[in-house]
Amino acid sequence: MTTSILALIGLIISNTFRYYQPVSRNFYLLFGYVIILTALTGRILFLSFQNLHQDELHYQENILKFMPLRGMFYFLMITTMTSFYWFRNKIKEQGGALKREEETESLMREAELAKLRQQLQPHFLFNSLNSISALAGSKPEEARKMIQQLSDFLRGTLRKDDQQLVTLEEELSHVTLYLDIEKVRFGHRLNTELTANEIARSFRLPALLLQPIVENAVKFGLYDTTEAITISIVAFTEHNQLVIAVRNPFDPATARPARGTGFGLSSVQRRLYLLYARNDLLETSHESTIFTTTIRIPQPK
Amino acid sequence: MIKTILIDDEPLARTIVAEYLQSYPEIQIVKECNDGFEGVKAIAEFQPDLIFLDIQMPKLNGFEMLEVAEPMPSVIFTTAFDEYAMKAFDNNAIDYLLKPFSKERFDKAMQKWLNQRGHVSTEQQQENLSNIPMKHAEEQNRIAVKFGNKISIIPAQDIFYIEAYDDYVKIFTEKDYFLKKKTMTYFEQTLNSNDFLRVHRSFIIRLQHITRVEPYEKNSYVALMKNGKKIPLSRAGYGRLKDELGL
Repeated sequence: MTTSILALIGLIISNTFRYYQPVSRNFYLLFGYVIILTALTGRILFLSFQNLHQDELHYQENILKFMPLRGMFYFLMITTMTSFYWFRNKIKEQGGALKREEETESLMREAELAKLRQQLQPHFLFNSLNSISALAGSKPEEARKMIQQLSDFLRGTLRKDDQQLVTLEEELSHVTLYLDIEKVRFGHRLNTELTANEIARSFRLPALLLQPIVENAVKFGLYDTTEAITISIVAFTEHNQLVIAVRNPFDPATARPARGTGFGLSSVQRRLYLLYARNDLLETSHESTIFTTTIRIPQPK
Repeated sequence: MIKTILIDDEPLARTIVAEYLQSYPEIQIVKECNDGFEGVKAIAEFQPDLIFLDIQMPKLNGFEMLEVAEPMPSVIFTTAFDEYAMKAFDNNAIDYLLKPFSKERFDKAMQKWLNQRGHVSTEQQQENLSNIPMKHAEEQNRIAVKFGNKISIIPAQDIFYIEAYDDYVKIFTEKDYFLKKKTMTYFEQTLNSNDFLRVHRSFIIRLQHITRVEPYEKNSYVALMKNGKKIPLSRAGYGRLKDELGL
């Protein structure tokens, strides 16, 4: 009899928790719930005992005597069952939350990477279009060529997947496209040097990682001086790492590169951290009038 | 004949203005410049009526160039930047052309200028232009000044203090000072408020260059600067300085 009642109560509890998960704040509510269930059980048992053993008088007397003890017993049983279901639900829910959190985090990381990568330079775009507009009048053939270069460049920027590793060869062809466009705009001032051996060219790096570094070098090289400048890109391999150094001239009098990584390279730094969980892969240095940005890309084993 | 100068660091960008100007035979391009320094020199030499001015240029940008250029011509900005352009527009430059711009848009700007010409004095324009506040982070941390024929860029960290001087301000570095026709309010608004503080009606000081604050006569204080200069503090200025230094 007692056992079947408890089983029934167990069923009630498990069903309740299927639909309701109390938060820890509502602990008193849970406690009340246990008390009510205990009282209910006690009452049912009391009534049923009275009915079942109506003819045994001494038993009737004893029911009352044993009632507090029974009550305690039920209370403990019900508390145990409630706690069990409560904890089980809690663990289940936490498992779900953890999974959701992981998913959210990975989505955010992807979004952030996409944003970092796609920081298209509107200034570059509009000025390039302006150059095309100028060429269209006097040198339509060159205008057409530049439209082609700009389209290829934009396509390259949009197509690549963040996580994707490309060979240095591929990345360099994209960077060269960019430099060719800048040379149309600043042909009278901008010179470039590119040195990379065959092995380095076959090494891999995250797509479009070099691009913003070269953009920075061009931007600060051109805006910090008024003379003709040379941007140099040197790539080599070292301890199974791909090392790329980008150099641009700057004016030490304005002394801006002295601060931090400066030159807006923080997005590259951030991307390297997200991909490799390391903060030491990007380095900057300056010596008299030359600013150097160096990145190291570990190669997959 | 109307004289004009094109100032842009991209030769092709100047080409397009030159091409559009062909339909204005009365306007002659007397000079093309690659940067702000060349611009200042050419303006002094040719005294043009109108200039076409790019904003982002090496060393001395378009706004900085205007601050030191004399005599002030009418200005049409040509820029790829919206952000700057709006400021230029707010401050009564003749017009601004967003690159790339069409011939129609160019003609509109020219029409505007031709209509305005003679109605507004260049003095008035200079007044309007020279008070363009440069809120852009890169421009805020330096000031362009002209001394004789030499243009200098003073990085904000080299400024010790700024003193009001009639219609001008004196910008003091460690050893020198430079005159500039600007208001104290202008500097109070445009210099980084973490570094600079107005401590007196006539003084703005750079906090890093203060050695100490000491009493001076009854109820008044002075700030002792690292180069030995003493700057009087007004009562309100002393209060602000105490707040700023966390005293």
